Amino acid sequence: MSYVTTGLGGIIGSLLRYFLSVTALSLWGDGFPFGTLAANLLGAFAFGWLTNNKAVFRKLPAHIVSGIGTGIIGSFTTFSTFSLETLQLVEQDHLFFAFLYVIFSLLGGLYCAWLGSCLAIKVSNTEKKSL
Amino acid sequence: MKNLLLVALGGFFGAVSRYFISRKLNGHNSKIPFGTLTVNLLGSFLLGILIGKKLGEAVYALFGIGFMGAFTTFSTLKAETLQLFEQKKTIKAAFYLAITYIGGITAGFLGLLIGRS
Repeated sequence: MSYVTTGLGGIIGSLLRYFLSVTALSLWGDGFPFGTLAANLLGAFAFGWLTNNKAVFRKLPAHIVSGIGTGIIGSFTTFSTFSLETLQLVEQDHLFFAFLYVIFSLLGGLYCAWLGSCLAIKVSNTEKKSL
Repeated sequence: MKNLLLVALGGFFGAVSRYFISRKLNGHNSKIPFGTLTVNLLGSFLLGILIGKKLGEAVYALFGIGFMGAFTTFSTLKAETLQLFEQKKTIKAAFYLAITYIGGITAGFLGLLIGRS
């Protein structure tokens, strides 16, 4: 069952990523991969929030959580495109942009995941107090 | 419209394949997750070949944006790294990040070279 929901989530996540990168391309051009960066940072935040959210695991069946986390968010974010876009920036001699892209992804991604987890933990603590 | 269908189809199989490999290879969350590492390195390598070969828009939508895009993941990588840091497994976390980023970009580069040759 989890395979089906993960696959369906994969469809949604991939299409969302595709829309985001097409939109970013038309807004800001192809000088810097804003679309992938936005998808990755947003996804890192959402995944950090989801996996630390006890209420989600309490209320939703496991295959739905897999569909959202591994499926939608996992497929919304991507690493292969990041690797190849970095190489493309290097090949175009945009070394500084390549460096920025790696740093923003590396540290920014961790920061977003941490923010997401903090938010989830904070919310669940407040819920406990109000009970 | 055709591109949307191809991305969706690739996304389905990419996500399912990643789930399969992660379940097989990712061990306990105090260890380096070899499943996620495998999909990210393998996916970067294969995407490099695909881009190097320049196979056209439809093939890229299906296998590149759809399959490889969903097969590899960034959100899980970050959550796993954060978890290692929180367990004070700093060296493991740093090693996991280094091997993913350096390995992924190198794998993509090797793929590009093979694809172009």
